[in-house]
Amino acid sequence: MLKDITLGQYYPVDSVVHRLDPRVKLFGTLMYVICLFVADHVAGFALMTVVLATVIFLSKVPFSYMVRGLKAIVLLLVIAGAFNLFLTPGEAAFTLWKISVSWAGIKSALLMVFRMTYLIIGTSIMTLTTTPNQLTDGLEKSLRLLNYIHVPVHEIAMMMSIALRFIPILIEETDKIMKAQMARGADFEKKGLVNKAKAMVPLLVPLFVSAFRRANDLALAMEARCYHGGEGRTKMKPLHYRRIDAVAYVAILFVFAASIAVAILY
Amino acid sequence: MSLILDHVSYTYSVGSGYEVKALNDVNLKIEDGEFIGIIGHTGSGKSTLVQHLNGLIQATSGTIYYNGADIYDKDYDRKELRTQVGMVFQYPEHQLFETTVFEDVKYGPKNQGLDDKQATLRAFEALQKVKFPEENYDASPFELSGGQKRRAAIAGVIAMKPAVLILDEPTAGLDPKGRDEILGLIREMHDKSGITIILVSHSMEDVANYVDRIIVMEKGAPLFDGAPREVFANYKKLEEIGLAAPQVTYLMHDLYDQGYPVDPQATTVEEAKQEILRVFGNR
Repeated sequence: MLKDITLGQYYPVDSVVHRLDPRVKLFGTLMYVICLFVADHVAGFALMTVVLATVIFLSKVPFSYMVRGLKAIVLLLVIAGAFNLFLTPGEAAFTLWKISVSWAGIKSALLMVFRMTYLIIGTSIMTLTTTPNQLTDGLEKSLRLLNYIHVPVHEIAMMMSIALRFIPILIEETDKIMKAQMARGADFEKKGLVNKAKAMVPLLVPLFVSAFRRANDLALAMEARCYHGGEGRTKMKPLHYRRIDAVAYVAILFVFAASIAVAILY
Repeated sequence: MSLILDHVSYTYSVGSGYEVKALNDVNLKIEDGEFIGIIGHTGSGKSTLVQHLNGLIQATSGTIYYNGADIYDKDYDRKELRTQVGMVFQYPEHQLFETTVFEDVKYGPKNQGLDDKQATLRAFEALQKVKFPEENYDASPFELSGGQKRRAAIAGVIAMKPAVLILDEPTAGLDPKGRDEILGLIREMHDKSGITIILVSHSMEDVANYVDRIIVMEKGAPLFDGAPREVFANYKKLEEIGLAAPQVTYLMHDLYDQGYPVDPQATTVEEAKQEILRVFGNR
């Protein structure tokens, strides 16, 4: 039932992409996004398609998993595409009844749809191949510099990893309480807004109580182990760059340079 | 009146990367008025099994019959089934939500469609049955002690007057005194009202003293099924799968192996005492 919800959607296989340092993947994703917005020509699209296909192949994650993320934004794609298509002024390509579609409109609609699709697929590769914990570790280390301007990087990362850690726990808890109340005759599929809201009370009250109880327990456990923030704290699994990460950095920079070159040439 | 499981299998998260086979071709028959203990290691499928019995989880394959009717039939009233087969989850106190204990216990009967008066009566009866202290009927359930919370939560299920009562680890997290009280209460309910009771536990000691039949779950299927003394006779095999027989079983077997003519199948402390007195008292 609720257990089928996946957030953070990590797909556990062993691949080159999975083994990369999370910092590389973060940097790569950032570069990829910039490339996507630099590209505005077929040649640029072709380059990005090749890059994306290669990474997907290397990641060993089934393609269907990547497309899954697209389902959520299909409506957004259609609307954004339609607006660009019909509302961009310019030389009319053809006219349907009273609405004229311009060449510029077609181009910008295609660009829009292409960018959004590639954006979702590209970023989902990162979440599919990186565990949420690696991700926050990577973020913490990449953003270390911000410490100098008094941004509490470690605290933010810690909050992120705790939040991520609690998602499956709370989902499980919700599932359990839902079942327990259903065993007492609760009906969560009632019709009507008021009835629906009422039916939620026996679920939400225990859920909140348990969330606070867990937060309290966790805070106590952390304090009992002398947690006092990020200063001087070491990691159980410190991030180390390896040869493959260097190779990946070079590849990323190469692709970045290539896409800039393509954008300038065409 | 009985529950029959016919080739029931269940797999978690079908079609994702994390498929887990929780139940593997389970065939069981549970008769009316039985007092059954289901034992198994963590992950042996015991909780999954009992959640099938009131239709909270639907089997991936196989069928379940309650009183001869297939509970997976399209027009079978599964909401009604849930009131017939009551289920007390692990840490049931976590499901309390009302402002007072009394209101919380009334939640189940109200969902059954009873009017306020009848629901009140049911709640009162249920709280009496679990020996909940009367002065706390109107207390907030969040202010109670652990043992009292648990009683209130169990009352919330009993108030629906189920014909079968399933309790998943009802003694988890309780001190020995609280544990004995809850188990005694359950035994009393079984003896007085004759309802079927299914007790899920991983503690042999808990179960041995109370139940009439033990089902040992291992890797999603029943490994042993029988009276406690029959099941505990396999204590070596039980140990292999990470469960232990009650301590008296070991004592009696040790005595027996040393050449004393005791009955090694005594399962409770009381039986063991009788046996030892019988053998050593004659000297």
